[in-house]
Amino acid sequence: MMWATVKRILNAGLLNFWRNGFVSIASIVVMVITLTTVSFIIFIGAMLSSALLEIREKVDVNVYFLPSAPESSIIELRDSLAGFPEVAAVEYISREQALNNFIERHEDDELTLQALNELGENPLGAVLNIKAQETSQYAQIAEYLDAQKANGVLIDRINYYDNKVAIDRLSRIIDSADQLGVIAAVVLILVSVLISFNTIRLVIFTAKEEITVMRLVGASPAYVRGPYVVSGVFYGLLAALLTLALLYPLTLWLGPTTERFFGSINLFQYFLRHFPEIFVILVVGGVLLGGVSSWLAVRRYLKI
Amino acid sequence: MSGKNDPHYMIHFDNVSKTYTNSSIALESITFGVEPGEFVSIVGHSGAGKSTLLKMLIVEDYPTAGDVKFEDERVHDMTLREITQLRRRIGMVFQDFRLLPHKNAYENIAFAMEAAGHTDEEIDSDVPYALELVDLHDKAWNFPHELSGGERQRLAIARAIVNQPDVLIADEPTGNLDPISTYEIIKILKQINDLGTTVLMTTHNKDIVDYLKKRVITLEKGRIVRDDTEGEYVL
Repeated sequence: MMWATVKRILNAGLLNFWRNGFVSIASIVVMVITLTTVSFIIFIGAMLSSALLEIREKVDVNVYFLPSAPESSIIELRDSLAGFPEVAAVEYISREQALNNFIERHEDDELTLQALNELGENPLGAVLNIKAQETSQYAQIAEYLDAQKANGVLIDRINYYDNKVAIDRLSRIIDSADQLGVIAAVVLILVSVLISFNTIRLVIFTAKEEITVMRLVGASPAYVRGPYVVSGVFYGLLAALLTLALLYPLTLWLGPTTERFFGSINLFQYFLRHFPEIFVILVVGGVLLGGVSSWLAVRRYLKI
Repeated sequence: MSGKNDPHYMIHFDNVSKTYTNSSIALESITFGVEPGEFVSIVGHSGAGKSTLLKMLIVEDYPTAGDVKFEDERVHDMTLREITQLRRRIGMVFQDFRLLPHKNAYENIAFAMEAAGHTDEEIDSDVPYALELVDLHDKAWNFPHELSGGERQRLAIARAIVNQPDVLIADEPTGNLDPISTYEIIKILKQINDLGTTVLMTTHNKDIVDYLKKRVITLEKGRIVRDDTEGEYVL
């Protein structure tokens, strides 16, 4: 009997969906808009993260050593820095490497190269490029390096202090962008979910009299509610599939633009690469949105 | 008038009053009982409280005072589950038919059986029979909006009786019908009553009441002014 009841509820739900064609289409359209909004929030989040990551990647602290600094003490400092949890990477550029880089950089500048030749020896010291996990951690690293300098390590210059203002500002921008992004995403998702919920509420409102009649002819609340929840789930499922179908051409069209604007990320490539996750998010989100909205909307009319 | 707490009563209204928030009185100290197998017509002008009375029995409305009992159980103290069970024992017919608009005639009747937990086999055998009984076998696949007023009401009756209820309540069942359809509906209700089902019907159609020659309760401004065993429409 249990299976028969489930079968009847499923049948009635699908039949409701089919016979209320216009209302069903209207609900699905609203849900597609909601799910597209959610998808774009995901995309914008990904693009922002990628852009911020790229900016973060460009920030580092360079420690310039005196040419006389022994390589062993530089290596020692590099190893101790690499052991810090705040440090993401340390790159050691030897004096020779620094000289090669310099020559390479100035290959078109005859005058500079000539001056360098006349010196007869390598005037450049070794360099350590340090990347922190977070931009806010550069201050701590710089403090540590200062202490090392005071302890006699032959450090010529730490460029953190030159870049401090820029790094601080960037830290603040990154933090604000993160926070704003989360707040905007939450607000947008809430608004679009509410719009969908209210559409479903309107659909159920039009069926208010029908629900009353069902209760009066002896249907249990669960038996009355079931088909509406099934219809809601079906709205969500179809809306999710339609949204996915819509995202393909949309991201394909927007892909080159996003790549130009954000640098490293192509929206279409991102969509294809993360298709399984996006599929699950949209389908589960749509089904929950439709099902739960219907469940809640029917509840108030069952109290008879 | 029937006495209080009579153990034979299937339905018992015990000093029931209903006052709405704007102080308008719908029912005032209503007391009467209905025995199994009776056919009771409740008559009165519009606004006399007839429909409110029936709504009390199916727990669609609550009294301000007094008790409504079905087989000695206070219906307004019942849980949601018990109310559902109660409604499966009471078939209902309304003036505005209250059919399910997105279900065809067959499905409207089948829904009442599904709701009561009947098997598919029972539904397959009983629904055509119910449609036959109200002469709608050739309209099984029509939707309510494709049926005439009389056909809709016959469909509503088929839905109300398909679960073989103990009581059939009919709220102005002929209110929207022409004289021929009215006669057909009353004939069906009488047949149902002859088969042993208790019938409670509200009406303000004098011809019906006089034709039936059954018990008549007359309401006026929410009060019972007459209760005649073989009554006539007197107002």
